[in-house]
Formats: sequence, structure tokens, C-alpha cells
Amino acid sequence: MNLTLKIWRQAGPEAPGEMVTYPVSDISEDMSFLEMLDVLNEQLNAKGEEPVAFDSDCREGICGMCSLMINGEAHGPEVTTTCQLHMRSFSDGDTITIEPWRAKAFPLVRDLIVDRSAFDRVIQAGGYVSVNTGAAPEANNLQVRKEKADRAFDTATCIGCGACVAACPNASGMLFLGAKITHLGELPQGQAERDARVVKMLGQHDAEDFGGCQNLGECSAACPKEIPLDVINQLNRDFMKAKR
Amino acid sequence: MAELIDDLYRLGAPIKDTKAPEGPIEDKWTAAKFDNKLVNPSNRRKLSVIIVGTGLAGASAAATLGEAGYQVKSFCYQDSPRRAHSIAAQGGINAAKNYNDDGDSVYRLFYDTVKGGDYRSREDNVYRLAEVANNIIDQCVAQGVPFARDYGGLLDNRSFGGVQVARTFYARGQTGQQLLIGAYQAMERQVAAGTVEQFTRHEMLEVIVVDGKARGIIARDMVTGEIETHLADAVVLASGGYGNVFFLSTNAMGCNVTATWRAHRKGAYFGNPCYTQIHPTCIPVSGDHQSKLTLMSESLRNDGRIWVPKNREDADKDPRDIPEEDRDYYLERIYPAFGNLVPRDIASRQAKYMCDDGRGVGPLVGDFRRGVYLDFASALSRMSREAIDEKYGNLFDMYQRITGEDPREVPMRIYPAVHYTMGGLWVDYDLETTIPGLYAVGEANFSDHGANRLGASSLMQCLSDGYFVLPNTIRNYLAQGPFEPVAPDAPEVREAEESVKSRIDTLLSINGERSVDSFHRELGHIMWEYCGMERTEEGLRKAIDLIRSLREEFWRNVRVLGSAETLNQSLEKAGRVADFLELGELMCIDALHRRESCGGHFRAESQTEDGEALRDDEHFLYVAAWEFAGEPSGAPGAPVLHKEDLIYKAIELKQRSYK
Repeated sequence: MNLTLKIWRQAGPEAPGEMVTYPVSDISEDMSFLEMLDVLNEQLNAKGEEPVAFDSDCREGICGMCSLMINGEAHGPEVTTTCQLHMRSFSDGDTITIEPWRAKAFPLVRDLIVDRSAFDRVIQAGGYVSVNTGAAPEANNLQVRKEKADRAFDTATCIGCGACVAACPNASGMLFLGAKITHLGELPQGQAERDARVVKMLGQHDAEDFGGCQNLGECSAACPKEIPLDVINQLNRDFMKAKR
Repeated sequence: MAELIDDLYRLGAPIKDTKAPEGPIEDKWTAAKFDNKLVNPSNRRKLSVIIVGTGLAGASAAATLGEAGYQVKSFCYQDSPRRAHSIAAQGGINAAKNYNDDGDSVYRLFYDTVKGGDYRSREDNVYRLAEVANNIIDQCVAQGVPFARDYGGLLDNRSFGGVQVARTFYARGQTGQQLLIGAYQAMERQVAAGTVEQFTRHEMLEVIVVDGKARGIIARDMVTGEIETHLADAVVLASGGYGNVFFLSTNAMGCNVTATWRAHRKGAYFGNPCYTQIHPTCIPVSGDHQSKLTLMSESLRNDGRIWVPKNREDADKDPRDIPEEDRDYYLERIYPAFGNLVPRDIASRQAKYMCDDGRGVGPLVGDFRRGVYLDFASALSRMSREAIDEKYGNLFDMYQRITGEDPREVPMRIYPAVHYTMGGLWVDYDLETTIPGLYAVGEANFSDHGANRLGASSLMQCLSDGYFVLPNTIRNYLAQGPFEPVAPDAPEVREAEESVKSRIDTLLSINGERSVDSFHRELGHIMWEYCGMERTEEGLRKAIDLIRSLREEFWRNVRVLGSAETLNQSLEKAGRVADFLELGELMCIDALHRRESCGGHFRAESQTEDGEALRDDEHFLYVAAWEFAGEPSGAPGAPVLHKEDLIYKAIELKQRSYK
């Protein structure tokens, strides 16, 4: 198929940016969206133009490195990562708009790449269980009810891609935060630090300039790992309890 | 100078000592931990370690050394340590907990791993791996890793290729992700505590060696382009494997050989470079545009049955219209004891034979159909759809997303693909390379998997190295401190910095006709064709010639646009492909000199009457450790082969059989 791409180009955080239009042709519907961009970049390189910079790594939908607002939607029209979005989701002749994640907490690096290190700092504030190597008890000493283990797993699947933040009109990171709070909060191992964790992590979240949550649900709808919206309720409950 | 052998390499002195303690194999690790010197806590704060890579091995090592109180600097090329490629491992992690009382033990895990590696791994290291595996599960559970549990609340297990017990711990199809997040969180905790300093979007481009010891690295800040010097008392490479030399592989796009190759050029020996694992259960190639291959967890072979049509005419039929009597469940037929659970090398090779025989399925790519069926129909009639989805749902969804077909309705198609590299930097029992103070852990070293890695063993080895082995062995080295400080403008530092800068300048100034990717694709094609699943003397010689001329063209005709002072993805790729072009040649030389078949390395000239891999223990019972001898191509730069004899005391060498 033949497509028209409108892509945000910006040489660096201080440089002016603009939308640039590129036609691409001979795109197969079996290609992933990123492979389609690879084709564009080969064409640009051949013409002596600098390729479009974008992030990707595993291309298996799990590392969370790929991003992109595609036609205004985080990771595009399907509920998946951009690397697992295939061109069969588009039609011949389409015009596709491609922009970087939009959030104050994710400053732009170049073209379609943003800096998501704020997420690392939110984890540093308490997104862990404090257990030194070698200090662990025998694994089967603690039983975990299967439903709790499953819930912990369902929320632990967050890949930290940032789609939730990009999709939220307030650029809130509450879904990311709620997923981690719920993952560790469901398990007996996470109880000792439960109160301190939520207070510190939420404090860091706000310090990073993520916005507040208004329960719009765009985050969960855009999440490629389908993290449920109720992790934010869990986060709020834990926070109220910790502050009491 | 020693004579040139096969016109390609020279023979150097054998490696005499791996530094493993004497005594019974069961006691060696305990003895080593006791004999290794201690560093008192207040002195640890004065000692510094650089760790390159933040996958399971790197992140766990950074966390553990940080907890111990050393100053750690951690580097990764991704935007966050959490993205390291360990995250993509699907299936599980082995440990001999024997929770199922099905006859498992540390000794059996050790035995299976050595046998699975076709007796080309080092006995002492593998025993230690099996010994510490149980601690890994305890550690990860304590971190909150959500492993699968049964209704009684206890941990669940499943079985994997090459073994007959259920010893694999798993978190649905995302075990790697969950383990990596555990290690990442442990590391981030240390970042907050101030013991670990984290450098993301940084790529290591050179090792700094002063007075024969590793004392730091040169790294490029991939955002600003700045070339930075980082000094330390020891350096650990946890930079993963080099399967991307094949271009198409299951590795993440950024996985590369640069860290280990640069260390190799500085004097670290490279062990068994030709040992590549071909994974049997990947989604087949669909066309020329493809940038990478996607693995389907091997755990699917627990319930899926592998078959191809008995008749070539049925290759393009709807598989549901092929009656039972016209299907060839070839693994169950040839290997009745292990059936669909034979090890990866055997499953891969048999799939290739079926397709070479014209009985492959799926779309024609070139002249061939490169696919076999992995069928869940009988599992679906035996178990409920919910039970199947519980076990494999996310893998099915992933397959459906990529191919547009639902494997619950139509059998999945799979084909072998390049996955894991068992070769890597040569290390001794302490995981130290031949450069003192330079260590290699996880997939970056060579030691534990021999010529073929069993499923669910890579996660085990990475975490064993990072959490338990390295922190205990590097201590012995660090106890020699305090080390003489290195001046930031010492000649060795300047030299390393200059070589990095001039390499970058050269790449940017060639301004030729061809893109970096086009060279990478071509190299990958050569490697897959001649150094892939099956290798011949003639093919490998041809490959070496082809790689040499491709490398010559690369340095004359590559086009890298942009500048060195900004984020420049073409420049990043160009540096990596340049190193792949050198490694590829060494892989072919290694494959050529090893005139036997073992594990994932199948030499057509060495097979049994019924087509199985035929080892030659009399001539090849050794690790091939290669020393860099100057710019490759031709006699003056011919690499030097040092042999480390493999000595099996605990295990009897046998011809591997899974029949």
C-alpha cells in the first residue's frame, strides 16, 4: 500500500520542531509499524536526509521502549505496543500522523524520542521490596492465595512504556504508579513497606510534574498491557490509609 | 611465530588452570567462598566497580554489589535499565527444588545441563550453577516476583525441553520480564541509597587497561554524543549475547557485540564463538521487510504436538483438512522417550530436515516453505479452553497479532531461528577474563551452556552469576585494593579515547553509497547460510572470503549521515555492525576448525548413520579460546587458538541420546 506520513521532526530539545510530510510506497500489510518506519529511513538515507529518530528495541511487545502518538492515539489504533501494531490496521492511501509522547514529565530528546527517566525515579522512591541478596527465606515458606498472586501478576505486567501518561489529558502517571502499588500490595512480601511506599512514590510522581488524576480512564484504555483502571482506586485507598 | 593452520589461525599455549579449587565437586564452591579474601565494610566504600549492561546479570550484580557497599556505576544503552533484553525471556527459570518429588536434585540439574550442552561446558561451573539455583528462587520470591502458584498457594512448576522432571518456575509467558523487574527494582533501590550510579543511553565503546588491569571504560553519551571516561577498580561486562550478527534473530534490535568485542581486542580471549543456539519455536519469516524474529516460548511444546504432512502435496492445504493418518508427528516418531520435548538443537534440526524434504508448511519464502505445525488441537480436547488460555494465552495472542491467525483455531506455524549465543568472553572459575580486573557475566561469558543451552537455563545462569557468584569472586580481586589511582589523562586513557573518536570520525567521513542496515543484512545472510544450523568446510571457507570483502566494502562505502555531537542512531548501528563484521569472521574460523558436530553446532561432515550429531571427544574435548592478534583478514592478524581441555570427573562422557 501507499501512505502519506506526517512526522514530527525536531533536532533537539531546544531546536524548533515541525511536521514534515513523507510519502512511502510498497508497504506490506505484514510489516509492523516500526518496520514501515525502517523502510522510510532507508529511503531518507539513500536521499542523503537524516533518518527519523525513534525508540524501539525488543520488537516483541515487552520491553516498553517503543512509543509514538499515531493519529493522536498512544501506540496507534490497536491496544498494543507500536512494535506489535501491524500495517494491516491501516488502508491504502491513508495519511498517518506520527508524534512523540506528549507530557511535561517526558521532555523531548529528538524527533520522536522522549526522556522517560521520571519513571525510574518514581521506582527509586520506593517501588521495591527491601531484601538484600542472600537474606531471603525458603520460597515456599509463604503461601500466596492464587487470586492474589494472579492480581499481583496482572498488575506487574506494566512495561513502563508511558502510553498511560501520553493518553491522559493531564499527563498523569497514576496508572503506572497504581500498577506498582497494587503489584507489591497484593503480596505478603510487600506489606512491611506498604504505607511508606505509597507516600514516597506519590510524592515523587508529583515532583516529576506528572499531572493529577481525574479518573477519565484514557490511561487504561490506551495501556498495551491492559492494566485495569481500579489500580488507581487501590493507590488512593492505600494513600488515605497511610496518611491516617 | 607459530605456523599458520588452515591458512587461518595459529596455535597458542594451552590454558592450564581455570582456578577452580581442588577437591570433590560438591565442595568446590563452598571452598572458594571461604578461601576468597574478605573486604571489610568500611573499605568497600572506597572501591569502585563499573558494570556494563542492566539485564538479569548486570542488574542483579549492581544491586548486590551496591548492597554490599561498593561504589557501582551501571551503564546501559536503553533509556531505562528495565528494558534490557532479558525482559523478553518467556518460558521460565530452572531450579532443583524438587517441589514435585519427581526425582529432581542438584546433581540431576547439573547432569542435565552438562548433557544438554553436549559435554562442551565446564563441569565445575555448571555444578555451581545448579547448586545456587535454589537460592535464586528464594531471592526472587522475596522481591515480590509473582511466580505462578497453585490453589494451595505454593509455587507451581512445569517442564522444559531436554529434561524429564518439572523444575521450571514461571510467571505465565513473561518470566524474564518479572525477574528483570525484580532485579531492576533491587538496583533502583541502591540508586536511591546512593551506592549505584545509573547511566542510561550510554554505550561502552572501549575498555581502559592500565598496567595490564582493567581500570575503566570509554562510553558515548548517546544523547549529547559526548565521549566520557569512567574509571574504576574493576569492570564487569554483562552486555549479553551477539546473535544479531545474523541480522534476523530473536534478540532485541540493539543487542550487539561491541562491549565484548572491544574487550577481546584489548586482550580478553573469546570462547567458542561459533556456538549459536537455534531456537526451534519461532514465528516463521513472512517476507523481506522483516527486522527481527519473534520467539514463541518453548513451554508450548509441553502441550503442543509438532507435525508436518506426510505428503508434499498437502503442504499448502488447510491443516484442518489433513486427516490424522496423513500427518507425521516426526518428533514423537523418532524420539519416543522425549517426543516433543527433545532439546532445542534436535528439534530445530529435524524441523529443517522436514522443510528441506519439501514437507514444510506456510507461505513460500524463496523456493521453500519454512514452517512446521505446532498443534494444540489434542490439548484443547483434553483440557478446557480456559485452562489452555491460563497457561499460554498471552503467547497465543502475540502469535495472532503478528500472523493474523488464531492458534486455537488453526495450528501455529513455527520455524527455527537464531536465539542465544553460548560463546562469549572466556572466563575462569571466578568469571574473570584473561584481562585481570575484567569480569564477564551472564550471556556475555561462555562457560555454562556448552554447545547448546537447555530451556530455562539462561535466566538461571544470569541471576546465579549476578546475585551469587560474581559478588563472591570479585571480592577476592577487590581485596587487593586500594588500587593506585589512574590519572584521567594517563596515556592509556588518552589512547582509548582517541581510538574511539577516530573510529567515529572515520565512520562519519566515508559518506559512501550503502546504508548500515544493508551491510548488516548481507552479513546476516552469509552467517545464516554458512554458519547457521548446518555447516560445511566448503561453506565456511566461502563465508570467510565473503565476510572479508564485505568488511572491506563497509569501510569504503558505508553511508552514515548526521554528526557525532547529537543523538545519531545510524552512527550507533554503524559502530556495532563494524564489530559484527569482525566477529563474524572469527565465528566462521572457529566453526571451521571444530571438525565435529556438537549441540547447536552441526557439521555435515560429522554425523552418525541415522543423521544425529557426532561428537569427536578424542580431538575436540576442549574450549576454543581465541586471542586477538591484530587487524583481522590475512596471516599477520590471524587469531591465536588457546585450548582449555575439558575434564570430566563427576560425569561420564556419553553419546547424547534422546531416543
